[in-house]
Amino acid sequence: MLAQYIGRRLLLLIPLLFIVSIISFALIQLPPGDILNMEVLRLRSAGTQISEEQVEALRQLYGLDKSMPEQYWLWLSNILLEGNFGTSFTYVKPVGEILAARVPLTAAVAIFTALFVWITAVPIGVYSATHQYSLIDYFWTFISFIGIATPGFLLALIFLWVAFVLFDISAIGLFSQQYETAPWSWAKFLDMLQHIWVPIVIIGMAGTAGLMRTMRGMMLDELNKQYVITARSKGLTEIRLLVKYPVRTSLNPMISTIGWMLPSIISGEVLVSMVLNIPTTGPVLLQALLNQDMFLAGSIVFILSVLTVIGTLISDILLVWLDPRIRYEGMT
Amino acid sequence: MTESIPHNGAPHKPEIESVAAATASQSAPDREKQALYTSSQWQLIWRRFKRHRLAQIAMIMLAFLYIIAACAEFIAPYETRRDFKGFVYAPPAKIHFFDEDGFVGPFVYGLKGGRDENYQRIFEEVKEEQYPIRFFVRGDEYKLWGVYKTNLHLFGVEEDGQIFVLGTDRLGRDLFSRVIYGTRISLTIGLVGVFLSFVLGLIIGGVSGYFGGTVDEIIQRMIDLLVSIPHLPLWMALAAAVPRDWNSIQTYFAITIVLSIVGWAGLARTVRGRLLSLREEDFTIAARVSGVSEWRIITKHLLPLFTSYIVVAITLAVPGMIIGETSLSFIGLGIQPPAVSWGTLLQDSQMIVNVALHPWLLIPALFVIVTVLMFNFLGDGLRDAADPYSIS
Repeated sequence: MLAQYIGRRLLLLIPLLFIVSIISFALIQLPPGDILNMEVLRLRSAGTQISEEQVEALRQLYGLDKSMPEQYWLWLSNILLEGNFGTSFTYVKPVGEILAARVPLTAAVAIFTALFVWITAVPIGVYSATHQYSLIDYFWTFISFIGIATPGFLLALIFLWVAFVLFDISAIGLFSQQYETAPWSWAKFLDMLQHIWVPIVIIGMAGTAGLMRTMRGMMLDELNKQYVITARSKGLTEIRLLVKYPVRTSLNPMISTIGWMLPSIISGEVLVSMVLNIPTTGPVLLQALLNQDMFLAGSIVFILSVLTVIGTLISDILLVWLDPRIRYEGMT
Repeated sequence: MTESIPHNGAPHKPEIESVAAATASQSAPDREKQALYTSSQWQLIWRRFKRHRLAQIAMIMLAFLYIIAACAEFIAPYETRRDFKGFVYAPPAKIHFFDEDGFVGPFVYGLKGGRDENYQRIFEEVKEEQYPIRFFVRGDEYKLWGVYKTNLHLFGVEEDGQIFVLGTDRLGRDLFSRVIYGTRISLTIGLVGVFLSFVLGLIIGGVSGYFGGTVDEIIQRMIDLLVSIPHLPLWMALAAAVPRDWNSIQTYFAITIVLSIVGWAGLARTVRGRLLSLREEDFTIAARVSGVSEWRIITKHLLPLFTSYIVVAITLAVPGMIIGETSLSFIGLGIQPPAVSWGTLLQDSQMIVNVALHPWLLIPALFVIVTVLMFNFLGDGLRDAADPYSIS
């Protein structure tokens, strides 16, 4: 049953990734003129002599003289067969090389953020529901409203300002200075863990806020049900009763939240990384777009979308594995 | 969202009994009850909505903000591009009521800029210069709604003095005036964007439903995909393709289109889901069984209920659009200067040193947060009210 479910989902993944690749390729082609125009202009303005024949040669080199579907196929097959995402004009390096260090960081921030959201939202939601209308419940309600209404990059700005005023810290970054250019080591990893909580908390804030409200609502619905009263009358301790029944039932609908959580985390990550100066894909995406370095920009959009789609799939499968009842909902 | 439990027929029984009771003896509270049972759906919705205090406050605040947006030229004391030489990064004005001799009403002192020993900008109040704040003063000329040429402003000080309610920016432009003008783009882009998304959703949803089969399947997969991939990178890539030499109005509509091209899917899915679940409701089936025509079911039973759901879905979709515009403008891909939106105003705070020295640059963020919060409150209230027959 589980294998069948996974197989079906994997099969559905193929058309999905196909559409993602078409969208990304369309984005690459979006700026007026072809991709070379910008580069030729840049070279000429820098004083480099470049003849029409050379432009034509470059055009052939990049396959720009071919038709759109051919170009698309060339682009896609290069990615699939050789892992070659094309060349960035501004960095004069293969796109893959530029992103090699950044994509894993993006993934790490996203995964940690998703975990953070779940680990914080569930207990807070349960506590708020069991202590409804208490001072702490009102406190978390207030926090959740602010969290939902404040986009991550604004939170990051406010955080930076507070950090600057109170602690005189002007840059957050992901590593201390001595590790910034150092190769990966255990010490560098530990250093990263000391810094990474800032973006995680900031990006996760909106998700936590939304999820704790959902959890609270679900719990409140469950707490009034008769089986809770029965369990209580049987003399079950309050904590055991909570964990064993209502919390587990309430967790179920939370699973559907993963579908919207990952995309919003990745979206949030792009801007927050820019503000906090974290070397993920976000800042490169903006630079690439401003320079119309479209192979780089399109590749980032492609990779981020694929990461999100696959991430959602993995979490779906994990949860189906944890709770077999969901499988049937997915099958219908 | 969990408070509204779909009606299941159970609560109707006591209603019928009390209607009978109400007609039997016409005492005052009974008459009130009878009025409740005979009131139309919209009256019920309004009744339910009135109970939602936060949503009401939100509605009033939003109405207030939109009035500000409509009359920006009148409310802002200065024009957005008016730069005051010698008043770069002036702090928010201190409004005084008392001078050395006692109460004189609201006024500001003149400002004198200089540099301290660390070469930081400082401003000092000149106690000799008092500028009372007056209502309906003459100032920068403008054309209200492009028709009436006037120079009347809601408030201000005499020409020699300046009033910077929220301080000034790096070119000495009045931040308060710019925030007020920014309200116009930031608030309308949400509405126009959602409207466009909705129209897009209706057309694509209509095509999907009309053709059915493979077309429907493809469109549904497309919606699933658009909902499940991150929006911001797509928005950024699309916005980056908007030509830089377009004028403000062209850019405005381009950004709106960018926002809705990606954003329509979420709205379409919500609306579609609602419609499908309404179609399966007991009362629809009951009507069909009783031989009511499809047309009458749609217009009489589905559409009124459906309209209220659409209003809710639209209200809750606006904040996403507003945040989208703010984000894009903040990183310089959205609205382009000289047009002002809250996002473009926040560009100045990209440099954290700037914010640390001139914290008032973050004030536009407050407007974004409050607006989004108000739309959320309003949406929550409307959602509870949208289904007035549910038990609360």
